[in-house]
Amino acid sequence: MRYLPNSDGDRARMLRATGHESIDELFAQIPERLKVRGALNLPGPLSEPEILEFFRQAASQSSREYVSLLGAGAYSHFRPVVIDTLLSRGEFLTSYTPYQAEISQGNLQAMFEFQTLIAQLTGMEVANSSLYDGSTATNEAVLMALRIQSQASQGHRDRVVWARTLHPEYRQVVETYVRQQGIDLHEVPSASSGKIDLAELQSTLNDETAAVVVQSPNFFGVVEQTDRVAAIAHQAGALLIVSIAEPLSLALVKPPSDADIVCGEAQSFGVPVAFGGPYVGFLATREKFIRQMPGRLVGQAYDAQGRRGFVLTLATREQHIRREKATSNICTSQSLFALTVTIYLCLLGKKGLRMLAEHNLAKAHYALERLRTVPGVGVPFSGPHFNEFVVSVPGNAEALLAALREEKIVGGLSLERFYPELKNHLLVCVTETVSKAALGRMADVYRQIVANVPHPRSNAELQATPVGRDR
Amino acid sequence: MENRIKHARPHMTRNEDLIFERSSEGKSGAELPPLDVPPVAAEQVLGVELVRSEIEGFPEVSELEVVRHFTRLSTWNYGIDTGVYPLGSCTMKYNPRVNEAVSQLAGLATDHPYTPEPLSQGCLRILAETARCLLEITGLDAVSLQPAAGAQGELTGLLMIRAYLDDIGRSRKYILIPDSAHGTNPASVTIAGYQVRNLKSDRRGCVDLSALDEAMTGEVAGLMLTNPNTLGIFETDIREICDLVHSKGGLVYMDGANMNALVGVARPGDFGVDVMHLNLHKTFSTPHGGGGPGSGPVAVRKILEPYLPSPIVEPSGDGSYRLNYDRPKSIGRVRAFYGNFGMAVRALAYILAYGPAGLRQATEDAVLNANYVKARLVDLYDLPYDAPSMHECVFSDRRQVAHGVRTGDIAKRLIDYGFHPYTTSFPLIVPGAMMIEPTESASREELDAFIDALLSIAQEAQEEPDTVLKAPHTTRIGRLDEASAARKPVLRWKP
Amino acid sequence: MYPPEFLYTKDHEWIRVDESIGTIGITDHAQKELGDIVFVELPKPGDHVTAKEALGTVESVKAVSEIYSPVTGDVVAVNTKLQDSPEQLNADPHGEAWLVRVRLDDHGETESLMTAEQYQAYLNEEAGH
Repeated sequence: MRYLPNSDGDRARMLRATGHESIDELFAQIPERLKVRGALNLPGPLSEPEILEFFRQAASQSSREYVSLLGAGAYSHFRPVVIDTLLSRGEFLTSYTPYQAEISQGNLQAMFEFQTLIAQLTGMEVANSSLYDGSTATNEAVLMALRIQSQASQGHRDRVVWARTLHPEYRQVVETYVRQQGIDLHEVPSASSGKIDLAELQSTLNDETAAVVVQSPNFFGVVEQTDRVAAIAHQAGALLIVSIAEPLSLALVKPPSDADIVCGEAQSFGVPVAFGGPYVGFLATREKFIRQMPGRLVGQAYDAQGRRGFVLTLATREQHIRREKATSNICTSQSLFALTVTIYLCLLGKKGLRMLAEHNLAKAHYALERLRTVPGVGVPFSGPHFNEFVVSVPGNAEALLAALREEKIVGGLSLERFYPELKNHLLVCVTETVSKAALGRMADVYRQIVANVPHPRSNAELQATPVGRDR
Repeated sequence: MENRIKHARPHMTRNEDLIFERSSEGKSGAELPPLDVPPVAAEQVLGVELVRSEIEGFPEVSELEVVRHFTRLSTWNYGIDTGVYPLGSCTMKYNPRVNEAVSQLAGLATDHPYTPEPLSQGCLRILAETARCLLEITGLDAVSLQPAAGAQGELTGLLMIRAYLDDIGRSRKYILIPDSAHGTNPASVTIAGYQVRNLKSDRRGCVDLSALDEAMTGEVAGLMLTNPNTLGIFETDIREICDLVHSKGGLVYMDGANMNALVGVARPGDFGVDVMHLNLHKTFSTPHGGGGPGSGPVAVRKILEPYLPSPIVEPSGDGSYRLNYDRPKSIGRVRAFYGNFGMAVRALAYILAYGPAGLRQATEDAVLNANYVKARLVDLYDLPYDAPSMHECVFSDRRQVAHGVRTGDIAKRLIDYGFHPYTTSFPLIVPGAMMIEPTESASREELDAFIDALLSIAQEAQEEPDTVLKAPHTTRIGRLDEASAARKPVLRWKP
Repeated sequence: MYPPEFLYTKDHEWIRVDESIGTIGITDHAQKELGDIVFVELPKPGDHVTAKEALGTVESVKAVSEIYSPVTGDVVAVNTKLQDSPEQLNADPHGEAWLVRVRLDDHGETESLMTAEQYQAYLNEEAGH
C-alpha cells in the first residue's frame, strides 16, 4: 500500500525485536470472539487515478454549472489563488495544536494575527483563535454570557432572549445545548422593517434575563441597529451578544462595539462553502471577560534572550486542565481555516475588503431594484440590506425556483421551511461572484413566471403586511 | 571597506514581524474586476449612522509580501510532512495529498449547503457512502456526521443516552469515567447535564470489574470509556464491562480516539458498545491543520437511532439520496448544516485508497510500530504499566527525575534531534507521562532514529542534565516565559 | 520555615487569628507545588465563606487549585494587590501575599487545625509516601 512506509522485511525485523512470533500475538489482548473474521465489506483499494475519477464523478452531480443566489449563513466569494498555495504547505496543513511553542511559532503567530484581525473587524478588545463554526460560536457565546451572569449577579439570571431573525439553525444548536441546563429561551419577532421589534424586546426583558442575542445582518439580510439593542439590553442588566454570519458586512457597517460578545461565522473570508463545512467560528469580547472565554487563546511572550514569540495562554480555562469545570468541552479549533481567514484578510487588506463590500452592496441593490420593478414581487422589509434580502412572490415560490433552475440559476432559499408565516418568500443573496448578465436573466424569469400568476394583492399591500410577528 | 555593518539583523526567515508591522498605506494584495452594475453610496442605502470609517490598524500589504510572510511563518512549524510526529492520543498519520485535491474539486468545494437536493446528489452520495463505511468499520447500526469534532461527538452521544433513558422512564444522574480519560470526557458530561463519577483504574491501568459493579448504581446512566484506553491497553474485559453496565440499566459510550488500533481487526459494535464517536482527523487521516478542523461522527446501536441529530442522509428509493428532517425524537442539531462535509470527503478518499485489507494492514503496522518503540526503550525509561500495548505506549520520567530532568524537558530536547515531541503529562494517572504513538506512518529507519534520540537523551539526562533542561537549543526561539504571558495577557497587536 | 503563630490545614492553607479576625493564605509548600502563579480568584468583602469549602482558586500556567477556607465567617478584607501581581504568592506566601481576612463565626473551628510543628510533620509524612 503506497502510504505505508515499511516493507515486509522491515516488519519481520521489527517483530523480532518485540520478542513476538507473529503479528497476531500483538493483538492477543483482544478476545478471539471479538475479532473480525475475514475482511470488512468496504470498497477499495483504489489507485490515485481511480480515486480522482470517483470524486470527479460525484462532483459532476452538483450545482457547479449554476449561478447561486444562496446565502443564509454560507457565502460564495472569490478566493485568491494564493490562499491554497500557502495552505498546502505541510508545515501548516499537517501540524497539530501548538502545545510545543518552540516548533509551532508559525501557527502561533498566525493565530495571534487572526485574533487581532477579528478584534479590529468586530470593534471588540480581544478575540479567541477560532471555534467550530458560526452556530457553535453563537452557542458558546450564550454559555459564556450565562457564566458571566452567574458569577456577577446576586439574582438568578437564566433567561436568554433572541431575535427570531437569528439564523434558525443557530437557534436549534443553542436549544440542543441549553435544554439540559434549565435555561428559559424567549423569541422576539421582527418589526415591519425586518429588524428586531424593539418595543417587544423591551417588554420581554426582565431581571432574570441573562443575555439578548441578535444577528446582524440578520437572517433576512437586514442590518440591525445594535447600539439601540445594546442600550435596551444593558438597561435590563442583560448582556448583548451579536452574531454575524456575513462578516464581510463589517468592512462597511459600523461594528457592534456596544455589544458584550460578538461571535459568528468567518467562512466568507476565503473558506469554500463546501456543502456546509468545515467553516470557522469566531468569538470576540471585552478584556474583562477574558477568563470566561471558550476556546484557545494565543498570547505574546518572550524567551530568556528577550525575543518575542507566541504561546497558548490562559489554558487553565480549558478542558484538559479543568476537566468537568472547564469553560467548554471544546478541544479542537479550526486553525487551518483561521489561517485561511488571516491570509485572506491580509491579501484584501483595508482597502480591498472595503471595495469588495461595496461591490456586494451594489450588486445586491441592483438585483433588488430589478426585482422591485417586476409587478407582483414584494419587498417586505424596509430595513437596510447588505448583500442579502427577502422578496415575496405571488403564487408558488417553488415553481419560480424551478424555472430559475431551468436557466441555471439557484434562485435563493424558500423561507417557508424555517418561517411558516413567510409562505412564498425567498431569501436572495448576491455577492460579487454574480454577474450583471446573470441578474438580468434572473429578472427575466421572474417577469415570465410572475406575469402568468394572478396576484390578488398589490405590491404596496404586501409591503404593509407585518411579517414575522406570528409565531 | 568603510561603513561596514557590524550588527545586521538576521534574515526575515528567522525574524518575521507581525503582518501589521509590515503594513504601509495604499498597498493591497488583491484587485477586483470592474463593477458591472451602478455603484451605490453606502451612506445612502444603509444610513449614515450605520456606516463605519476605515478599519483601524488593518493590514495593507502586497500579494508577494503575504506569500513571503506566511511561507516564512510556516518554516517555524513542524508537520507530519516534516518527520516523525509521535504525539500520543493524537494519531498524527500521513495526510494523503490526493484527499486535499478531491476535496477542492469544483462541485464538492462549491456546492452550497442549501442547494436543492436534485442538484447536490454528488455531495449527498459522499455523505451516505462515508456513513456506510463508518458503520461497517464500527459494527454499529446508524451514524450522524454532524458533530464538528470529537468533543462534540461525545456531547452528542451523551445527549442521546440521556434522551433515550428519559424516554423509557429511566432518568439518571451520573456518568462513570475512568481516571485515565481524556479531559474532554468530563467536560462533555457536565455540558450534557450529567455529573461525573470517577472510576479508579486497577493495577493494570484498566477498568476494575468489581469496582465498576459497585459504582454502577441505579443513579448511573452509563460508562464512558476509551478502548484501547489512554495507556494504549485494550480492555480485555470489554464485553463483560458492557454486559455489566447493561444489566444495571446503563449504556456504554466509547470514546473512539484510539480507533487506530482496531480498524479492520475488531468492531466496537461487537463489544456491546451502544454509542461512540470517531475522530476523522485521527483515524481517517484528515489533516489537523494546526489544531483543527476536526470531525466527530457518532455511531450508535439501533435503540439510539431515533435520537441522532437531524437531518440524516438516506436513500430515497430511486437511487438518489435525500436529507430526512422528520425525526421527532432527535436530540436536535449540534451544528449548522450537515457537519464538516469536506472532512467526510477526505476520510472517504482515505478508506477507498486502503480498501479492507489495507486498513487492516495499517492497524497492524501502527500496533507493531508502538510495540517496537516500547521494546527498544524499556531499558532506559520507566514503564509504569507493563501490560501489552496496542497503538501507543506510555513511559514515565521516573528515572530521569532523579537527575532533575522531567518529561517536558526530554520532550524539548527531542526537538533538537529533529523530532516532534511525544505527548507530555497525559494520561494523568501516570506522573511524568511520556506518551508515544508512532502510527503506521513511521518507517523503521525513522523510528530507529527517533529511538536513538531518546536513548541519547536518557544518557544526557545522567551526564549533562543542563543540556536537556535548557533545550531546545536549535530553534528560532527558546523556551518562552509562559507565566508572565498568563499574568498580563497580550492577545492582540495594537498600533 | 512555617511561622509558629499560624495554624495550618491539610490542604495547605494557613490562618492567623487576631481577636475575631482570621487572616488566611496558602503555605510555602502549596506555592512550590503550583509553580509560577499567574492568577488568583478571591471572594468579595461581605461574602460568607464556610470551613472546608472553596473560597477561591489559584492558577499556575498549567494547573488550577482550589483554596479551602480553614474557618467559617464573613470576608472583611481581600488582598486586592494579588489581582495585579499574583507572583507575590510565590515570593512571600506567609506575609505580603495573604489572601483574605475573615470574621470568624466560631472560634472552636480552629481547634482542629494543625500547629506549625504538626504541619511540618504532616509534610514530611506526605513526602515519605
